[in-house]
Amino acid sequence: MKTFTFGGIHTADMKLSAGKKIQIVPIPSEVIIPLEQHIGAPTNPVVAVGETVKVGQLIGKAVGFISANIHSSVSGKVTKIDTVIDAWGYKRPAVYIAVEGDEWMENIDKKDVVRKEITTKREDIIQKIADAGIVGLGGACFPTHVKLSPPPNTKAELLLINAVECEPYLTCDHQLMLEKAEEIIVGIQILMTVLQVNKAIIGIENNKKDAISLLQQITSSYSTIEVCPLAMCYPQGGEKQLIEAITKKQVPSGQLPINIGIVVQNVATTYAIYEAVQKNKPLIERVITVTGKKVAKPGNFLVRIGTPLRVPLDMAGGMPEDTGKIIGGGPMMGRAFMNADVPVTKRSAGLLVMPTLESARKEMQNCIRCAKCVTACPMGLEPYLLMSQAEKSMWKEMEETYITDCIECGCCLFSCPSNRPLLDYLRMGKSTVLEQIRNRVQKVN
Amino acid sequence: MNKLIISPAPHIHSGDSISKNMYAVLLALVPAYLVGLYFFGIGAFVVSITAVLSCIIFEFLIQKFIFKTTTTIHDGSAMLTGLLLAFNLPSNLPIWIIIIGALVAIGIGKMSFGGLGNNPFNPALVGRVFLLISFPVQMTTWPKPIPFNTSYLDAETAATPLAMIKYNFGNLPEKMDLLIGNMGGSIGEVSAIALILGGIYLLIKRVITWHIPVSMLVTTFLFTGILHLINPSLYVSPDIHLLTGGLLLGAIFMATDYATSPMNTVAQLVYGIGIGLITVTIRLFGAYPEGVSFAILIMNGVTPLLNLYVKPKRFGAPKTKKN
Ligand code: SF4
Ligand code: SF4
Repeated sequence: MKTFTFGGIHTADMKLSAGKKIQIVPIPSEVIIPLEQHIGAPTNPVVAVGETVKVGQLIGKAVGFISANIHSSVSGKVTKIDTVIDAWGYKRPAVYIAVEGDEWMENIDKKDVVRKEITTKREDIIQKIADAGIVGLGGACFPTHVKLSPPPNTKAELLLINAVECEPYLTCDHQLMLEKAEEIIVGIQILMTVLQVNKAIIGIENNKKDAISLLQQITSSYSTIEVCPLAMCYPQGGEKQLIEAITKKQVPSGQLPINIGIVVQNVATTYAIYEAVQKNKPLIERVITVTGKKVAKPGNFLVRIGTPLRVPLDMAGGMPEDTGKIIGGGPMMGRAFMNADVPVTKRSAGLLVMPTLESARKEMQNCIRCAKCVTACPMGLEPYLLMSQAEKSMWKEMEETYITDCIECGCCLFSCPSNRPLLDYLRMGKSTVLEQIRNRVQKVN
Repeated sequence: MNKLIISPAPHIHSGDSISKNMYAVLLALVPAYLVGLYFFGIGAFVVSITAVLSCIIFEFLIQKFIFKTTTTIHDGSAMLTGLLLAFNLPSNLPIWIIIIGALVAIGIGKMSFGGLGNNPFNPALVGRVFLLISFPVQMTTWPKPIPFNTSYLDAETAATPLAMIKYNFGNLPEKMDLLIGNMGGSIGEVSAIALILGGIYLLIKRVITWHIPVSMLVTTFLFTGILHLINPSLYVSPDIHLLTGGLLLGAIFMATDYATSPMNTVAQLVYGIGIGLITVTIRLFGAYPEGVSFAILIMNGVTPLLNLYVKPKRFGAPKTKKN
C-alpha cells in the first residue's frame, strides 16, 4: 500500500467517534459570526444593526482577491457588530445575530435529493464558489476560488481529493464520506470541470475501510475517478506528502502543487462545493468532531457557523470533570482554546477535550542528539539544529537550513525523547525569516 | 472550573523519554551480560558492579557538588556508561583501576563537556582507552573462559583470538565457540549471538536504526574479505573478524551512542563505513590487535564535520546543487 517516503510518525489512532452518525445541532438563540474566517483580508460587513437576515444571506463581503464571503447561518435580527474574543484570544470583528425562526434565502435548494446533473457553465462555477464563501476546510482556510484559478503558465492535470484525515481523533471527514458519498463524487466532477482535468484520485488512509469500499463501489462506474487507499502515517494529509504518496512526485521546495500540475482539495471542501454549485447553498454550516477520552458521547455534529462550541459539546455529554485542555482541531495541529464559548467557524474541524494528565507538556531536558526529530521530519529538515539557531536568533542561518520548508506538522516535537519545544522555536523562526524575506522583496521592487 | 492549559501544538507526544531509551539499551545488554557472567564468573560480577556503581556515584557527586544542579542519575545513562565500560574490561581487572576508569569516563568523558548530549566522545570508550594506555598489561591479559569461574584477580589467563592472529600463535577457537562467546576477551564482547539478540531488540524498539551497525559490519566484512581473497595465508577469513574483538559490541552498542554519532542517516552510513575501515586498518596494520575502540573514538571526532557537511535528503530539494 502506498504512503509517503520522508519521515512521518505513527500515532495512536484514537478515532473514538468513528462511525457515529452525524447529529444535527439545534440552532442556538444567538450566533456570533466572525467576519474573518479565512486566510486573507477580513470581510466588510454589509448588514446594519437592527436589520433582519435570512439563512444564507451575505453579511460580510470579500475584500480584494484573497478573501472569502461570509453568510448568515441563521435567520433573525442583527443585534450588534462588534469584536469577539476568538478562540485564540484575538479580538476580531463579528456580527451578532439574535435568532428568529429558520427562514432561508429563496434560491437555496433545501431538498435532501442528490442533484447529479451539472448544469452550471464552467465560467460560472468559480463565481458560484466565490459567492458561497468556500474555503479549504482541511485546516488552511484558504479561499477555494483562488486555489481553483491557476496562476499564469500553469495547467492542472490531476485533481487529488484529500480524504486522509490523518489527525488522530478526528472523524468528521470520514463520516461525511459515509453519509454524503454521492454528493462528494458530484463535487469532484464539478472540480474536474473547472480545472479541465480528466483524472481525479481520492486518497484515503486505510483506517477508513468502509469509506474506501463505498467510494470504490460508486466510482467503479467512472473511469476518471479513482480511489487510492493509503497506509497510515502522519502527516499524510499534508498536501506535499499526499501528492508524493499517490504520484511519487515531489513538489519542489518553495513551489506549489500547481507547479507540477496538481490541485489538491479536501473532501469536506468538495462537499461544500457540491452544495454551493448544485444547491446554491453558501458555507453556513460544517461537520465537526467533538471527542476526547473522557467525553461521554464522542460524536460528529452538523453545526451552524457562529454556534458556541459549548452547544455541540453539551450534546456530546458536556465538559468532563477531568479537563485540562480543549483543542480546536486535531491533537497534532489544533490550537488550545481558552474556553468553549467561542463560536464555531469555517476553520473548526473538531473540539478535542484532553484530560488533565495529558494536557501539560513534560519538562524539557538536554538534547541528547538522538536524531529522532530528524528521522521524523517529513520535509527532511534538521529540527534540533533549527531550534538551537532560533534560540540564538540566527535567522540567516535558519533560512539557509531551510526553515521555510517547515510545514509545522509537529512530528519533531512529538518524537523528541527530551520533550524539547522544537516546533515552538521553529514557528517563531519561520515567521521571522518569512518577514525578512518579504522585506527584502519589497526593497528590491 | 479550573484553568485550562494553553500551549502550542502538538498536544500529544510519543511518550519517548531519555530514560526509556537508556533502560532499553540496558535491557538489550542483559543477554551478553549473562554470557559474560557465565564464562567469566565472579570476576565479571565484581568488575561490572564496581564500574556501574562508581559511574553512578561519580555522576551524582559531580552534579551535586561541582555543578550544584539536580542529578540525573535516575535517567539510566550513568548506569549504561558503567555497564558498557565493564563490557570492555577484562574480568580480572583490580577494583582500583576500574574506579579510575569510571572517573575518567564520567568526569572527563561526559561531565567536563556539560553532561549527557554534549559529550563529543563516547564516555565508556574514553574510560577504556585511558586505561588501555595507562595500564597496558592489566588491560590486555584476559582470563580464560571457564563456566562459573570463582577466581577473580588470580584467574587463569588466555589470549584473545585477535591477539593469536596478530602474533601468530595458538589455535583459534571453533566457529561455534566464537558465536556463543567461549573465548578470551572483555566481559561483554565475546558472545556474538547474545549481542545480536540485543541489537534486534533495539531495532524493534526503534532505539537505534540499522544504518550505523550495518554499514560498519559490511565494511569490515568486505575489507577483510578482499584481503583474505588476495592472500588467505596472511589474512584470516572475514567472519573471524566479525565475531571477534568487540566488533559487534562496538557496532551495536558503542558506535550507535546518540550524542557521539551523526544526526542523519546519510551521515551515519559514512560514519559506519569510516569505523569499519579504521578498525580493519588498525587490526591488520597497526600496533594493536584490536581497533574498534580507537576507530569509534576517531569517528566520534569526525562526527561534527559530518553533521556540518553531510545533510539529510530534503523533500523537494532541487536536483542540481544550489538552485
Ligand atoms: S514541524 Fe517542521 S521541522 Fe518539525 S517535523 Fe514538521 S516539517 Fe519537520
Ligand atoms: S529528538 Fe530531541 S533529543 Fe533527539 S536530537 Fe532531536 S531535539 Fe535532540
